Amino acid sequence: MKLLTHNLLSSHVRGVGPRGFPLRLQATEVRINPVEFNPDFVARMIPKVEWAALLEAADTLHLIEVPKEPIEGYEHDEEFLRKMHHILLEVEVLEGTLQCPESGRLFPISRGIPNMLLSDEETET
Amino acid sequence: MAAPRITMDSHHQSNYKRSKTEKKFLRKQMKARHTLLRHEGIETVSYATQSLVVANGGLGNSVSRKQLLPVLEKCGFVDALLMPPNKPYSFVRYRTTEESKKAYDTLSGKEIVDDLGQKITLYLNFVEKAPWKELGLQALPPGLTVIEEIISPEDEKMLLESVNWTEDTDNQNFQKSLKHRRVKHFGYEFQYENNNVDKEKPLPGGLPDLCDSILEKWLKEGFIEHKPDQLTVNQYEPGQGIPAHIDTHSAFEDEIISLSLGSEIVMDFKHPNGVTVPVMLPCRSLLVMTGESRYLWTHGITPRKFDTVQASRGHKSGIVTGDVEDLTLSKRGIRTSFTFRKVRHTPCNCRYSLVCDSQTKETPPSFPESDREASRLEQEYVHRVYEGIAGHFSSTRHTPWPRVVEFLKALPSGSVVADVGCGNGKYLGVNEELYMIGCDRSQSLVDICRERRYQAVVCDALAVPVRSGSCDACISIAVIHHFATAERRAAALRELVRLLRPGGKALIYVWAMEQEHNKKKSKYLRENRVSPGREELTSNEMSAQEVPAKHTPDLGSQDSARPVPSISDFQEGGCDSRKATSSKLPIHTNRTPFHSQDLLVPWHVTGNPGKDRPVEPLGALGSSDPGAVFHRYYHVFREAELEAACRTLSDVSVLQSYYDQGNWCVILQKV
Repeated sequence: MKLLTHNLLSSHVRGVGPRGFPLRLQATEVRINPVEFNPDFVARMIPKVEWAALLEAADTLHLIEVPKEPIEGYEHDEEFLRKMHHILLEVEVLEGTLQCPESGRLFPISRGIPNMLLSDEETET
Repeated sequence: MAAPRITMDSHHQSNYKRSKTEKKFLRKQMKARHTLLRHEGIETVSYATQSLVVANGGLGNSVSRKQLLPVLEKCGFVDALLMPPNKPYSFVRYRTTEESKKAYDTLSGKEIVDDLGQKITLYLNFVEKAPWKELGLQALPPGLTVIEEIISPEDEKMLLESVNWTEDTDNQNFQKSLKHRRVKHFGYEFQYENNNVDKEKPLPGGLPDLCDSILEKWLKEGFIEHKPDQLTVNQYEPGQGIPAHIDTHSAFEDEIISLSLGSEIVMDFKHPNGVTVPVMLPCRSLLVMTGESRYLWTHGITPRKFDTVQASRGHKSGIVTGDVEDLTLSKRGIRTSFTFRKVRHTPCNCRYSLVCDSQTKETPPSFPESDREASRLEQEYVHRVYEGIAGHFSSTRHTPWPRVVEFLKALPSGSVVADVGCGNGKYLGVNEELYMIGCDRSQSLVDICRERRYQAVVCDALAVPVRSGSCDACISIAVIHHFATAERRAAALRELVRLLRPGGKALIYVWAMEQEHNKKKSKYLRENRVSPGREELTSNEMSAQEVPAKHTPDLGSQDSARPVPSISDFQEGGCDSRKATSSKLPIHTNRTPFHSQDLLVPWHVTGNPGKDRPVEPLGALGSSDPGAVFHRYYHVFREAELEAACRTLSDVSVLQSYYDQGNWCVILQKV
């Protein structure tokens, strides 16, 4: 699971709504998978990112420093884009958990796959 | 009587002119003798003795003792009738040779009606000695072993003390007091309502550490082959028992083991043909059930305070035979059993389909009448099937559909796209300028996506764990048709739209009821061969699947696992008259027009070898026995039905609605 994917995921436990975001990340195994750098692609992703959630997730991994916010004119700042490319697309969480911030429900991440299945009771409305 | 009688002398009198029927009978009689000798090592003799082997009159031929004995007794006093389990013959011993001779003369070639109502012709031959003793001892159910003294008295004490029966039910390790015994579960909770476990809800804590180390030891020493992940502890007071049952096939893997602590007990094993084998389980012994003994035989404990045991065997394990000279009573004590099982994650495909819920459930389920029933139907006939066929399914899904690719390629670079129901991820890499996340209900299919290095999540399409409004586009290809009610299909569409940002687009494909459009047959009907790139084209061709509406009786008693219907239950066919047959889901014949909107579509795991194409290689993931048939539930959509469903959604406009090779398709936009 890349950190960009984590940034898009949200808890879907019944009744938590927007308070299910962001999922609390705990990683026990992280791998860096090199991905070809595409500055335009990264620049297009920046406005889609929920920045506070990314900061928090990157912080729990202890290995990368994320700028506090996108810097002005980032579209043309290669250094910034390379950094974000690495953080969003190259860092992969292989083992760990995601926790719903509202209900506390834990979801396992195993071999890079978050298992977000809920039981019937957790989804019934 | 169809065949004439035959006397001993006729073997030797060549001047006796035989009729055609007599000759036929003699040929069969000789054949029976040869078969017995060749396959069973039973030597028949041509002179009269007290004992006869009765070919065809065996439990393995569905002839019961109840039917055979009166027939034999008409010829004289039957000293003993030995019916070995699963064999197509039996042995009878008369008190005198005169009586056995009479039986030979009267009964050879006689037709009797077996348990299933079919006629069976008996062929009798004299034997010098019947294997009375040996057969009696061999009769442990196949696949069953009892290992004595597998743990020390110290370990026994520790295990018994580790079970805290006084904890209240709030505790995680669920404890229940059933009518007839106390019970406690670890790893997974066993649910007595459906005799299964909730496989997605393991209990926290797993198995107790003490058990874990014991299991590791047994594995290392070769007593067991698989490590169990579920434990049920039962405690029986004298006088308590457990009804005869087979552990639900779909719930647990082959090997089931049970440790007896505190006191010995006699457990009764029963074959569907009526053979009962009482087996002594001594204190500190391990019962291991595999194969036939796990899948076909029931086991149970008769509620009583004394067991009948063999005096000569003391407290040894083994069969309690009916030897009247050697029986005594043993007073029961409090017995605690630790039953370890391994939860099964794919449908069972054992050889004993008659008693296999994974296989008998292939008989049509009913049309769902509530959301809960619909959810259960989807679990059984969609989720579990995909889990089971994932490897084979994926190997038949190579090429993306052109118009789906077109949609994805037309999206602006940098779009975030969710593929809800992504299967093996064949669309996730179509356009590298997109950030795509796939999700699917099947862990095995998502595993395949991951191997291809795609971003993928395991989840349900009714609860997608993606934040609202975060996607520029969504695709739902061949997914919505697996939901079993209109409400659930609408909910799946709503969930898709929820993910979209305003202005975001979704492409939806569902299978069409109309496989002929504008006078043109769809590829599904047209082609019998594999045409890569069509979702439904590669379900292998097959003959008609008219499965009779047999129905598994719902006998779920409170504290037994799956009770076994007798063979006659199955013969009677649909025995549940409460449910109208019209509510049963029909089974579709592949590559024919649809006759119903809600139906089961067979999936054959392997192709027709050597016919049109090679057998698909089975992946390591979710592979199944070649030849297995799975049924997937579908709701095929009529023209305009999908569009109408989309139009009921608020904040959505339908941009396009079209027919593409047997599918109805909609592109919608969130406003």
